[in-house]
Amino acid sequence: MPSVKIPKHTTENDMTPFVDIAFLILTFFIMATKMKPPEPVEIVTPHSVSTDKLPENDALMIEFDANGRVFFTMLAEANPDAKRYVIENVNSNRNLGLTDAEMNNFVKSYTIGVPFTQLKSFLSQSDEAQKKIVQPGIPVRDSAANELYYWVNAGIKGFQGRKINYLIKGDNSAAYPDFKRILEAFKRNDIFKFQLVTSPQEAPVGSELYKKRAGQSQTEAPATSN
Amino acid sequence: MASLDSGGGDGGHKKGPGVKKAKRLSTRVDMTPMVDLGFLLITFFIFTATMNDPAAMQLYMPKDTDNQEELNKAKESGALTIMLGKNNQVYYYEGQLLPDGSNFMSTNFKGIRDVIINKKRTTPPDDLVIVIKPNEEATYKNTVDILDEMTINDIKRFALVDITPQENEPLKATEGSGGTP
Repeated sequence: MPSVKIPKHTTENDMTPFVDIAFLILTFFIMATKMKPPEPVEIVTPHSVSTDKLPENDALMIEFDANGRVFFTMLAEANPDAKRYVIENVNSNRNLGLTDAEMNNFVKSYTIGVPFTQLKSFLSQSDEAQKKIVQPGIPVRDSAANELYYWVNAGIKGFQGRKINYLIKGDNSAAYPDFKRILEAFKRNDIFKFQLVTSPQEAPVGSELYKKRAGQSQTEAPATSN
Repeated sequence: MASLDSGGGDGGHKKGPGVKKAKRLSTRVDMTPMVDLGFLLITFFIFTATMNDPAAMQLYMPKDTDNQEELNKAKESGALTIMLGKNNQVYYYEGQLLPDGSNFMSTNFKGIRDVIINKKRTTPPDDLVIVIKPNEEATYKNTVDILDEMTINDIKRFALVDITPQENEPLKATEGSGGTP
C-alpha cells in the first residue's frame, strides 16, 4: 500500500485581498464624511417625507431649541463679504459700537445666539471662549423687540442680488409659539417661502405620495419640471 | 496571526560544510499593525459619518393681507379645520364649528390621515381646503408632522393659521376632561 503523504496546511493565510478591501472601505468613508461645523445647541429635527437637498450656501438659517432659544446663522462660506456687510449693517443700525476686530470675529464665527446688548462682549472673545459660552438666544418673545427681524433684514441686504434660502431648523420638542414668532420675523421682512430642515423618512406605504413615487420610479419618468 | 514569513531560515538541506548558502531575505511583511490601524480608522469614520443628510421641506406662508380673502373664498363644505393641542392630540371639525360643538372631534396622528383621506374623497378637489391651527401648547414636531400629512395625502390647498379662542375653548375642555370624548 503506497503511503499517502498528507500535505501540511499552513494555518496562516494570505491577507492581502482582505487588507485591500478594508482600505477601500476606509477610503470611501474618508471621502464621504463631511465634517460638521460646531453647533452651540443639539437639535433633533423632526422627520418628514421631503427629499429636497439642503442648500449649503447663500442661506440664512434660524435654529431654535426646546427651551425657545433662537440662533442665527449665515451660510456664506463662498462670500465672506456678505457676513461682513451684515455685521456692519447691524452695528450701525443698532449703535452697538463694535470695533473692527470684533466685526472680524463675527465673520469667522458660525452661529450667533445672543441679544444685541451682549453682542459686543460675546464677539470680543476668542473663538475657543465663544464656544464655551452658553448663549441665551436671540430675543423673539416680544414682537416689538423681535431682534431676529433686524438680523434677517441685514442678512437679506447682505446677500443682495443672489437667491437666498431661508432655513428653519427646530427641535422636536420646541413649542409652536416660538416657531410662529420666527415666522413673524420673516413675514415683517416680506419673506413667505421657507425651508424647514427635517430628517428624511420614507413615505407611508399605501398613501398617495407613496403611489406617486412608486409610479415615477417604475415608468422611469423624466424629472418633472416643477 | 498575519506574520507571513517564509524561507530564509536554516530549514533547507545542507549542501556541505564548505558551501555557504546565500541568505534569502523574506519579502513578506507582518501586516497585523497596519490592519489594526486600518480597521480602527474604518470604525471611526463609520461612527462619525452622517448617512442621512437632512432634507428641506418647503413651506409657503400666505401674506397676512391675502390670508383673510383666501379663507373667505373657501367653501364651507370643503373646509376641514385641524387643531393641534398638547400631548400630540389632534382635533378637527368640518365646515363651520357649530355653537354646541357637536362636530368637534378628537383623534391622534394615526387617525388624522384617515380623516383627511375621507374628506378628500368626499369633496370636489377645487373646494378642498385644510386649515391647520396649532394652539400654544402644540410642539414644532406636531406642526411639521401635520404639514407632512399634507404632502403625504397630496393636499394642494392648506393654510397654517392661528387658533381662535372659540376653537381653543372646547379643545382645552376636552383636554381637561382627560381624553377623547
